[in-house]
Amino acid sequence: MTEIDKNLKYRLTENVVSREIEGEIIIVPLTAGIGDAEDDLFSLNETGKAVWGYLDGTHSVQEIIDLLEKKYDSEASGITDDVTGFLNELLSRQIIEAV
Amino acid sequence: MNGSDFVEKIKPHEDGFMTTGSNRLGHIDIELTERCDNNCVHCSINIPENSPEQKRELNTSEWKKIISEAADLGVLSIRFTGGEPLLRKDFSELYLFTRKLGIKVIIFTNARKITSEIAKLLSKIPPLEKMEVSVYGMSRSSYEKVSRVPGSYKEFRSGVGLLLKSNIPFIVKGIHLPDNLSEKEEFESWASTLPWMDQSPSYSGSFEFRERRDSDSKNKIIASLRINSDLNAEKKELTRSRLDFLEKFIGPSGPDLFSCGAGQSGSVDAYGFIHPCLTLKADEFAYDLKDGTIKEAIFKFFPEKLKVKASNPEYLNRCSNCFLKGLCLQCPSRAWSENGTFDTPVEYLCKVAHKEAKDIGLLKGDEKGWEITDWKERIKKLEEKGDDRDR
Repeated sequence: MTEIDKNLKYRLTENVVSREIEGEIIIVPLTAGIGDAEDDLFSLNETGKAVWGYLDGTHSVQEIIDLLEKKYDSEASGITDDVTGFLNELLSRQIIEAV
Repeated sequence: MNGSDFVEKIKPHEDGFMTTGSNRLGHIDIELTERCDNNCVHCSINIPENSPEQKRELNTSEWKKIISEAADLGVLSIRFTGGEPLLRKDFSELYLFTRKLGIKVIIFTNARKITSEIAKLLSKIPPLEKMEVSVYGMSRSSYEKVSRVPGSYKEFRSGVGLLLKSNIPFIVKGIHLPDNLSEKEEFESWASTLPWMDQSPSYSGSFEFRERRDSDSKNKIIASLRINSDLNAEKKELTRSRLDFLEKFIGPSGPDLFSCGAGQSGSVDAYGFIHPCLTLKADEFAYDLKDGTIKEAIFKFFPEKLKVKASNPEYLNRCSNCFLKGLCLQCPSRAWSENGTFDTPVEYLCKVAHKEAKDIGLLKGDEKGWEITDWKERIKKLEEKGDDRDR
């Protein structure tokens, strides 16, 4: 797991397309090599869904954490771990990139 | 918030994303063209490559509008078929457009028009579904007796070679015809060497008459090919999966004509009409997308139209009461292409179903499926036999 720089802003890469279907965020690979198999599609859990909308290249990681902390009234450390864990997973799958 | 497993793999079929729900659609078929570069002797939907019908085909922007609406309705996969879909000069553009909307693409092709450019595109932007390549023979002679186009075998081999070289997942399908029947073993042996074939190749199930009812002479050829197909095929064995299928679908269907799932998705033809299934081309069930929407067709037009019931006394006496439903391919589409009505029994399909029923022990002698009242007991006996065999 790499250290996430909280000052960075992230956005979707051109390797994937995201769709919202019946309340689910579905991530569809566009280019080869995103999934482990040729037909892998992905969905997000509740944490993922909460963060997803902020991955538009305009919010820094710290801003996302602050926004979610206000929204969920949770301990900042828990939210920080969730957000950075989520971003790490997206980065490892080439789904997001730093702006 | 709850962490861990932030990103989960989904299986669209198992997770319900391919199911048509209220106002959403999982899959749609698109016949980009009815033209084909082959002239296969058995084909039910091919017109010549340079047919003037090309002028009637939807243009690129009309296709994009339809594909965009499909995406808006939640469609996760589209099948591009034909004819030969790669004959469309805008194939790459439409393919890329569809994939960029987050839709998986299934391509049905004969592989003759797979060029290095197409292979490069499919390699870089994978369809996310295995392509399906039809194979008509393992030698130039056998292949071209079916395709009836000189040079087609060489192009097919070249296309398949490019797919392999570019590591583009595909499976192959065959068809039993007099001119390639002796090559079955060779075909299956070759198919087993392809990295994406996780089971034996499928074969086209039946020889269907022309979907457009546009050629009596071709229908005569197709009818003559049937003599060498299912009716003379080796005795069918009852596999476990076949038994499971029968348990699920056997039993009289009554007067409802559309009990098959038609209309839950749709098939858009080359001219912009959406039909309840890929093979049903009758005007009565066609909806013009140039003047309407997929949503209107799937959620209003089809449900109303497909309520139709059989009225032909012969159908009501036979098919409605016949318990061989799970074995018989009789359906409104085949009845129409064969007879021009939706509720006339297709004699060929009836013979094939009765032959299989006898082979597996559901019928004896000259018994007819619609005369049998103890069919539940017969199925039960088969199940017991199957269970004994599986032990």
